[in-house]
Amino acid sequence: MLIKLTGGTVYDPAHGINGKVMDIYVRDGRIVERPRDEERIDQEYNLAGKVVMAGAIDMHTHIGGGKVNIARTMLPEDHRGDPVAHSDLCKAGCGHAAPSTLTTGYRYAEMGYTAGFEPAVLPMNARQAHLEMGDTPIIDKGGYVMLGSDDLLLRMMTAKKDQNAINDYVAWTINASQAMGVKVVNPGGISAFKFNQRWQDLDENNPFYQVTPRDVLQTLSRAVYELGVPHPLHIHGNNLGVPGNMDTTLNTMAGVDGYPIHLTHIQFHSYGTEGDRKFSSGAAQIAEAINKNKHVSADVGQILFGQTVTASGDNMSQFRNAGHAHPNKWVCMDIECDAGCGVVPFKYKDQNFVNALQWAIGLEIFLLVDDPWRIFLTTDHPNGAPFTSYPHLIKLLMDKTFRNDVFSRLNPDSQAMSTLASIDREYSLYEIAIMTRAGAAKLVGLHDRGHLGVGAGADITVYTDNPDREKMFAKPDYVFKDGELVVKDGQVVKVTWGGTHAVKPDFDRGIEKEISKYFNDFHTIKMDHMKVTDEHISEDGRGYVIEQECKGRREKTA
Amino acid sequence: MDNFAQAGVVENVTCPACGLLCDDLTVERDAASNLKVSSNACQKSVVFFNRASQSSSPRINGKPADLAAAIAKAAEILGNAKHPLFSGLGTEVQGMRAVMSVADKSCAVVDHMNSNGFMRNIQVIQNSGWQVTTLTEVKNRVDLLVVVGTDIVTNFPRFFEREVWNKESMFGQDTATREVVYLGGRNINTAPGVSPDGRQPDVLPCDIDRLPDVTAALRALVLGKKLYATEVGGIATSELEKLAERLKNAKYSVVTWAAGAVNVPHAELTIQNITEMVKSLNKTTRSSGLPLGGLEGEMNANQVSAWISGYPMRTSYARGYPEHDPYHFSTDALLASGETDALFWISSLNPDRLAPKVELPTVVFGHPDMKLEQEPDVFIPVAVPGIDHKGIAFRSDNVVSLPLAQLRNSALPRLGDVLSAIEQAL
Ligand code: SF4
Ligand SMILES: [Zn+2]
Repeated sequence: MLIKLTGGTVYDPAHGINGKVMDIYVRDGRIVERPRDEERIDQEYNLAGKVVMAGAIDMHTHIGGGKVNIARTMLPEDHRGDPVAHSDLCKAGCGHAAPSTLTTGYRYAEMGYTAGFEPAVLPMNARQAHLEMGDTPIIDKGGYVMLGSDDLLLRMMTAKKDQNAINDYVAWTINASQAMGVKVVNPGGISAFKFNQRWQDLDENNPFYQVTPRDVLQTLSRAVYELGVPHPLHIHGNNLGVPGNMDTTLNTMAGVDGYPIHLTHIQFHSYGTEGDRKFSSGAAQIAEAINKNKHVSADVGQILFGQTVTASGDNMSQFRNAGHAHPNKWVCMDIECDAGCGVVPFKYKDQNFVNALQWAIGLEIFLLVDDPWRIFLTTDHPNGAPFTSYPHLIKLLMDKTFRNDVFSRLNPDSQAMSTLASIDREYSLYEIAIMTRAGAAKLVGLHDRGHLGVGAGADITVYTDNPDREKMFAKPDYVFKDGELVVKDGQVVKVTWGGTHAVKPDFDRGIEKEISKYFNDFHTIKMDHMKVTDEHISEDGRGYVIEQECKGRREKTA
Repeated sequence: MDNFAQAGVVENVTCPACGLLCDDLTVERDAASNLKVSSNACQKSVVFFNRASQSSSPRINGKPADLAAAIAKAAEILGNAKHPLFSGLGTEVQGMRAVMSVADKSCAVVDHMNSNGFMRNIQVIQNSGWQVTTLTEVKNRVDLLVVVGTDIVTNFPRFFEREVWNKESMFGQDTATREVVYLGGRNINTAPGVSPDGRQPDVLPCDIDRLPDVTAALRALVLGKKLYATEVGGIATSELEKLAERLKNAKYSVVTWAAGAVNVPHAELTIQNITEMVKSLNKTTRSSGLPLGGLEGEMNANQVSAWISGYPMRTSYARGYPEHDPYHFSTDALLASGETDALFWISSLNPDRLAPKVELPTVVFGHPDMKLEQEPDVFIPVAVPGIDHKGIAFRSDNVVSLPLAQLRNSALPRLGDVLSAIEQAL
């Protein structure tokens, strides 16, 4: 099957293509060279005047795993407002803050997204995360596995195990969890909470282990780098949501010896303590630090106003914030000497000083970070807002008049505390394509996605150029997934299933002896039963694992 | 590849006979494919694995039929039904995925056979949430275990052996010093709560129907309120005061209950007394709830339903989109009101869980050993997950899922395949 996409205006930042009119050819799911003249084109789409980009990639979205399912179970009232009936093509489900898996897949595709990455896969819950992602249609999936409060790592660090042994354990965990990368959440803090500690600073020892959060960050960022895993250590820092936490964030950037790191939902970690209410924007300092530190990238975790639910591995912070639950109910869990979770519904209000300032801080960060290759568009779905609000967020970034208009209606005290109105920057289509495609693919380590070069997987989104960017990005004309037309005029026309991206870094199999003994002594399952095999992902007959390349192991870089 | 035709020994087998999903069993298979648990057994796992392998064939109106005919007949019944109900749902994850798919297609209601108990927990989550923990945390951290209204071991036989009196624990605790308190219930088996060095557990018995008062009193005491009654449900207030103090002083107390055993009107309020008390304790120390469940695949049903439909059990696709109602869409209510016009009953893990007796077109997907009291229109024996085919099951703590193994050859079809075939035929 040879498809020709004719005459669209192409934005392909991976190849420096910025609004050039060109043809794209697709054969058997891949983008190919222009065929010889005599070859028959099976299908042609005239895209004159249309905007063409690679399919968008959400590099941080909570779409699968235990905490998402707790959120779904806990919030029937939220689902009742957004029922989704089945059609000839699509299964039924429901939407809004914590949508059903099927609806999640359809809606991402209908917005022009072709991949999403679950950032908080607990090793002990990895199979569930993959099961849920396996029931998420059309888009590709993947996850980052959570380490850093797991007792085995903390034990190894306390015992001053060689970094190479730790690297083997990290690589083993990535393989066993079928992950694309490693995430650390409140490094060491989830463990500390189990010993009744409520707060942990970067240089404070864990109550049981001789390990500080900074040690965990250094060890894991180095491990990820030395394993050649393309996605840098994905960090949800200490002290989420706490006024003054910008200092912790700045220290985190400085404290990892230059190893590459990604700071996630950085908006929630960019707060100062100025002003009457001792809550202020640290966006300028944080953005300046990101601009300076080339080893750092970040996604924003923008909040948008309305009802949502926060779901996080950081039960220490979630327990602290549970008093703000709206509606008033919440779940916190300690999990398997491995991690934790906290699920707290939340309503962001535009007339609330803190919420309005959070909104402004997120946008300030977007606009003050110079390099769109190192800042990413997320709402930390659903923590800041559901992913379905991305078109609105894109409009806020691309349209200064619209942005200032919304800003002028927010809580007045928060307006006085923000420089947002003085920032003139408007994102271009090219920059949006970097943030949501080329940059995201590069950051996650997807070699054949996020671009439109020959050999790329044919994940392609076509929009009608519209000065109202919210309308434009909400309803693409066409979305192709692996070369198949899956969405037309913002509606699913074909249901495919997508694959699961994973990396498989090398490790010394000898480490399994130690891990297995640890499981036998302290766990309640056997080591082998924790592993998510390729078969677990493919046995429903739809899913499959796409192995992405690792850069090869580097030895002793410190 | 295992050669199932020969005798053999399989190690590290996962047992789906209760929600603990112990995965350390050794199962021996003889040449005739009979199984026998040979290590780490308990009374329930022995019953589950050691049943003689039965051959059983589909039946239509009591007469043997081939599988294709039975599937066609089941599809006909489903196609003719306006308000079908899929209930029982004793299966593993892949079977449950197939249930959700066919239920969506046929605009059916889904409910699990244990929902009368399990929904109590769901209502607590939906009303106030909770703070809970998982088995490995219990195994390594618990210092005070409070067991409310159950002996645990009738339904979860190896609980104390595996999670309380384990030899090793990670944080230097001598597990033999762990304290166990049974709160509520009468004449329950508290022997498993005796520590390895012979220390007796504390037992505060009361009738189950007094649990609402007793848990409310304990919660009030933990909150620092004063009680003027000298006893509650036959338990001296001073005993409850002591227990409240112990909970406040413990470093990692765990309060456990089995929702099915809390058989009182508005049991969800009793469970909420427990879970809200646990939340209060966490203001100063650490404490966690531990809901015990996972019998007959109830976790599988609720988990899969939650991610596919957005709702747990008692969800209806009648209008083409899922709707959830913990009362209205219960099996009992739907059968009593006559709203349901065809019943599809699934019990592949346990042959003793029979379909309710109804005067409706009924299709049963059953464990091959099922001895029916009432012959349904269609009976399709299905393979047993964890014995005859692989699968995945969720543990009682709702976090850990375990692979179920295939241990022998079976001519029986898997539930998922049968349901997919029925869906195709619609
Ligand atoms: S305790 Fe439960 S899971 Fe463990 S062997 Fe017995 S029945 Fe099976
Ligand atoms: Zn997140």
